Amino acid sequence: MGSESGEVAETNGDGRPSVGLFVTCLVDLFRPTIGFAAVKLIEDAGCRVSVPASQTCCGQPAYNSGDRKDAIAIARQVMHTFEPYDYVVAPSGSCAGMLKVHYADLLGDDPEWGPKAAAFSAKTHELVSFLVDVRGMTQVDAAFAGSVTYHDSCSGLRELGIRNQPRRLLKSVAGLKLTELKDADVCCGFGGTFCIKYPDISNAIVERKTHEIAASSAETLLAGDLGCLLNMAGKMKREGRPIKSRHVAEVLAGMTDDPAIGEAS
Amino acid sequence: MHVTSPSFKANAHEALADRQLQQALSHVKTGFIGKRAAVVAALPEFEQLRESGKAIKNHTLENLDLYLEAYEEKVVESGGHVHYAETAAEARELILGICRRAGARTVTKGKTMIAEEIELNDYLESNGIEPVETDLGEYIIQLRHESPSHIIAPAIHLTKDQIEADFRRLHTELPADRDLSEHESILGEARTILRRRFLEADVGITGANFLIAETGTSVIVTNEGNGDLTQILPRVHIVLASIEKVVPTLEDVSQIIRLLARSATGQELSVYTTFSTGPRRRTDPDGPDEYHVVILDNGRSAMLGSQFQDMLRCIRCAACMNHCPVYQEIGGHAYGWVYPGPMGAVLTPALIGVDQAGNLPNASTFCGRCEAVCPMKIPLPNMMRHWREREFERHLQPTTYRYGLGVWAFFARRPQLYQFATRIAMRVLGNLGGRKGRFRRLPLAGGWTKDRDLPAPAGRTFQDLWAEKQRAAVP
Repeated sequence: MGSESGEVAETNGDGRPSVGLFVTCLVDLFRPTIGFAAVKLIEDAGCRVSVPASQTCCGQPAYNSGDRKDAIAIARQVMHTFEPYDYVVAPSGSCAGMLKVHYADLLGDDPEWGPKAAAFSAKTHELVSFLVDVRGMTQVDAAFAGSVTYHDSCSGLRELGIRNQPRRLLKSVAGLKLTELKDADVCCGFGGTFCIKYPDISNAIVERKTHEIAASSAETLLAGDLGCLLNMAGKMKREGRPIKSRHVAEVLAGMTDDPAIGEAS
Repeated sequence: MHVTSPSFKANAHEALADRQLQQALSHVKTGFIGKRAAVVAALPEFEQLRESGKAIKNHTLENLDLYLEAYEEKVVESGGHVHYAETAAEARELILGICRRAGARTVTKGKTMIAEEIELNDYLESNGIEPVETDLGEYIIQLRHESPSHIIAPAIHLTKDQIEADFRRLHTELPADRDLSEHESILGEARTILRRRFLEADVGITGANFLIAETGTSVIVTNEGNGDLTQILPRVHIVLASIEKVVPTLEDVSQIIRLLARSATGQELSVYTTFSTGPRRRTDPDGPDEYHVVILDNGRSAMLGSQFQDMLRCIRCAACMNHCPVYQEIGGHAYGWVYPGPMGAVLTPALIGVDQAGNLPNASTFCGRCEAVCPMKIPLPNMMRHWREREFERHLQPTTYRYGLGVWAFFARRPQLYQFATRIAMRVLGNLGGRKGRFRRLPLAGGWTKDRDLPAPAGRTFQDLWAEKQRAAVP
């Protein structure tokens, strides 16, 4: 840490707010397209985007495993790294919820870090919520031919109140038809470390979910969290369903040339 | 009750493969969720009621000793007796003592989870007293020598066909060719059998949804009327309740009760809401000669002032388990003790120890639906996380999991090393999975790939590509 974390905020007087993109570990490792789609959308919303190199993960695996010490260390590391930016934006409701809601839980009692966590919380947003709620975006310039359905990932929905924002922007995508899925607000069974600790139960839950996705007759499944998408896409592939899966940012940014999640290149 | 929480994984595995159970569990979704949603939507002040219910309970818990004393005083004033039991064993002995003094041979019981918690039925039986469950669901599982799998629908793990078979097997005094094809006929048969038992009983034991400090009253809410017959007909009525059931006033009950049935069964109110204060007075047409209240602690007072105090707000509506994706798949028995689902995942470790019940707070996706529907706004996921913290501190998690977490944290705290390592690892994984775009099998991810494919990484990390792009942009 220290000096090598020194990404400088690029607010160079052009009036555009600076956004530090919290890429999230899954997007970084599995599907960079989502990161580039996020960059495009944030720039379209009139912001400057930086991607600090010294970021890894939001710390949820430690936090949700009861390891507060590592979770706190990672929280401080993230807050330090993103100190220079006006906003912190993450293309995931789960990671954004960790940054926005749970860092304050972890550090709230610390006289030095508590107030910092509160300020950090105020400037941190999930991507689509940032576009709509903070930047006032009402439409996107993108086209996607076909029917889609949208799964509400749990943290985004219940911790951050993200429900209408993605649907609103999706409606402006040319050629896109949104078909609602029954029980869209019910968990897909991913649950981070849950799917590793209890794979049988996780599988039973996702099986119910993919059944509903298929029943919606949509050609493509969209969601705002790559963890959930890896789970649902992986299950649908195993079941031999032809339904494609993509992160909602890919569609909103018009970046859908790459194969869908789990598809051959 | 034999604790099987440590073998939760195996229990869950079995439950998932049990087709009859899976068929029965479909009623959890159809029977509760839509009805609750409709009745909540029809009450504009529901959110306000949640806030005031929470405030009432918080205030009571902050002054629990005072309200318990006030309650006791009123019970005594109305001619009843209050007995405090610190442990399950003490509660059992107190109840046996009351039954013995009454010369009881048969005891009828209304639905009470506390009696399950203290394993009362087995204890009474082994002491020559026959307990008879009078709630239909409880009656059915008593016939089957099972424990409840749900706190308000104890036999929800059974199908109608199973129950019909049990009735035919055990009610041999009834004509073999009788019709039991409808739910109503099953209920009617249980009524016929139980009517006789109600009249024979020497003692009636009920739980309590509330104990009112202001008046010394115990309150039960039921849908079958069995609770009333249990507490009115026998000579002795024993109320069995835990310490956190006390609320200050009648007005407080009338607020919380508006939340209870709506959250539980989607009713505005349950069919019966019964208030009992003391034994029969001279002018009363009916009622027991003796009225006893056994108040159980069994680990709850240790939750006061701890990270788990909020759990004592619970009013046992079961909305959390009805809405839990995990409970919906595996049912209640897999949890391995009395209380299943999210409320059980928080309460059970407090009552029997996190070393026994560690699986329960871990087997949650943290989807947050339980907290969202909880009428008392109990932060269930946060408290499950607190149990995981206790486990971590005490090194109770499996060594491999802990080791894996340690390796991950080592890298996550060292960004340069992390990016170097992930860049290489993702290249390798991307190449391996690249052609198909996914893995059907992958070492160390066997749990996942047993039933799901794992989408393959793209091959180059975002950070790698971003750095390249930035370099290219610099002239």
